[in-house]
Amino acid sequence: MEKILYLAHTDSNGSLPKPALEALTAAMELSKKLGGASLSVGLIGASIDAAAQAIGGCGAAKLYGAAGAELGVSRYSTDAAAAEALAKAAGATLIVAPGTTRFARAIPGVTARLGGRIDTRVTGLLAEGNTLKVQRWYYRQRMMSTQSRAQRPWVLLVDSGVFPAYSGPASSPSVESVTVALPALKTKTLGVEQATTGPQTIRPDARMLLVAGAGWTKKQSDGQLHIKDAEALIINFLEKTRASLGSSKSLVDQTGEGHEVISILTHLNQIGQTGSTPRHAKGLSTCCHGEEPHAVGWRFINERRAINLDANCGWAQGKADVVYIADAFAVMKRVNELL
Amino acid sequence: MSGLQIVVCGSLVPDPLQTLEPATTPTGPGLKNELMLPAVLDPWAGHALYEAANLAKSHPGTKVYLVSVGPKAKLQQLMMNIAQKVPFELVAVDASASGFTDPFEVASALAGAIEKIPGLDRSRLLLFGGCSSASRDAGVTLQLVGEKLGITDQFLGVDELQLQGDGSFKVYERIEGGQYQVSTCQSAPAVLGWATGKLPIPPNNPQVGMQNMRAIMPALQKAAAVKVGAEGVTYDKVEVPNQRRETQIKKDLSVDEIARELVEWIRN
Ligand SMILES: Cc1cc2nc3c(=O)[nH]c(=O)nc-3n(C[C@H](O)[C@H](O)[C@H](O)COP(=O)(O)OP(=O)(O)OC[C@H]3O[C@@H](n4cnc5c(N)ncnc54)[C@H](O)[C@@H]3O)c2cc1C
Repeated sequence: MEKILYLAHTDSNGSLPKPALEALTAAMELSKKLGGASLSVGLIGASIDAAAQAIGGCGAAKLYGAAGAELGVSRYSTDAAAAEALAKAAGATLIVAPGTTRFARAIPGVTARLGGRIDTRVTGLLAEGNTLKVQRWYYRQRMMSTQSRAQRPWVLLVDSGVFPAYSGPASSPSVESVTVALPALKTKTLGVEQATTGPQTIRPDARMLLVAGAGWTKKQSDGQLHIKDAEALIINFLEKTRASLGSSKSLVDQTGEGHEVISILTHLNQIGQTGSTPRHAKGLSTCCHGEEPHAVGWRFINERRAINLDANCGWAQGKADVVYIADAFAVMKRVNELL
Repeated sequence: MSGLQIVVCGSLVPDPLQTLEPATTPTGPGLKNELMLPAVLDPWAGHALYEAANLAKSHPGTKVYLVSVGPKAKLQQLMMNIAQKVPFELVAVDASASGFTDPFEVASALAGAIEKIPGLDRSRLLLFGGCSSASRDAGVTLQLVGEKLGITDQFLGVDELQLQGDGSFKVYERIEGGQYQVSTCQSAPAVLGWATGKLPIPPNNPQVGMQNMRAIMPALQKAAAVKVGAEGVTYDKVEVPNQRRETQIKKDLSVDEIARELVEWIRN
């Protein structure tokens, strides 16, 4: 019988980030599906009281907390020590946790300390009989596997955007405080910096993704480059829609190569094989060819439209729902006027 | 500090321009025609290698190793290209490079090979690699190797590393929402899983290639064969879901018509 530990960290406000609330739903569902399974909670943070109260009604048999100033920051050594202590206190056989960047860094090593195994970027949990099966993608969203594991403890980092976020009435549960033996602190976190500022940021929660491709920086029908126009059109669209800004690799790679480039993009905006795979309800691709290494990053974009001059571009080969064969400069100008 | 010892973990993956199809093999899932598929250096591990070489250039006494777990014959093909990029010493382990192997087994093979590197000074060790592979895409292996080597300062999704001259360094890691977390670490050893970094892919340099190949061929010859699989994992099914959409190609609309349609769609 599985002993499920739901493991989470607080954010800088002391509450649980959305991916953590989603992973809680996953853990709760799992504890109901697997016969005889028990559910406990382990929380890490500077202070975990507010988080514990917010999820106090989740039905967990036990809550463990690891709190302290040094656990308020995202850092491998302290996070790993805290997660290890919580997992041991709970005697967990299954650990369900959100795949935040903080946990993606720290939890794999914790698994090694526990002598367990880990699966990350989990996009589905199935219980067949009493056997847990997980779904995850291989080869950068190209193929999906359904698989199970013999080893325990088995740690699952759940992808964000798969499960609904938990919400329930607040309560004041009793929390067993777990002492963490802090390691020597060689690493100091200085803070967080925005990679880009202004409207052109990455907004994971936006309904819409706008992708800019290298076509924006190519010579247009008048034989000229129109890079400043391109920037203005993109920024104007983002200001009006608050869409998240994505890019193709070709466009962001230009940043390193010294000629006139679109200045509003960094490699963080890159979507695809060597970029990100964001989740948005809608995506609009502009001046991007839609080659496979780019399009694999669109796996979790539901509705897809593209504007391209080329009727044979990748989007037209079954990768988008609608492709407009048109000049994106003209179309986006009019779109901005209408918005 | 008399230079760093940078060990880059990285292997081969199928060229991302290839169409991949799963296939059943006697050892579990694999790819159709796996051994025939053209391969490239795993992209993020590649960035780690180029960043390592760049650090070595400006920090005399620094040595760069590339530790690769993969089928020997395919590693040899890969080296023909990679060896021309930047100077490094290859440590090869002859084993599967399939995405369907378990990171624990890969990490054991890597840690075993790193422990055997003659004269490696662990107090000066920076363990590099990609933040995630293009095959398993788990983002786990480096942390496991780090734990096996007892390194508990680890960073993932790194785009920039600044050595401060006193042995300490500053790290920029990608976090949610297009942001960087900035940290300092007092000294090596540390693990750094790289994202794209800041450098373009270096052009081929035949001279570097020739120099590298002299040591690469013997390294490939003495590559130990190791079993790397996924013990304990049962793969029920691996499938390529139907991802082809019924694309409507709209050719003859005016700019205004397209814009109106898009705005309605965006607002909906
Ligand atoms: C190892 C590896 C990893 C890779 N990883 C990624 C990745 O993560 N992400 C990624 O994006 N790519 C990746 N690629 C690169 C990928 O194969 C393509 O080269 C890249 O996506 C092309 O970018 P693009 O479509 O913006 O540019 P291009 O191929 O140059 O296409 C430009 C498009 O703009 C259109 N266009 C030009 N002007 C206009 C206009 N006025 N109106 C409308 N359309 C116009 C053109 O018709 C053309 O379709 C990778 C490649 C490799 C080998």
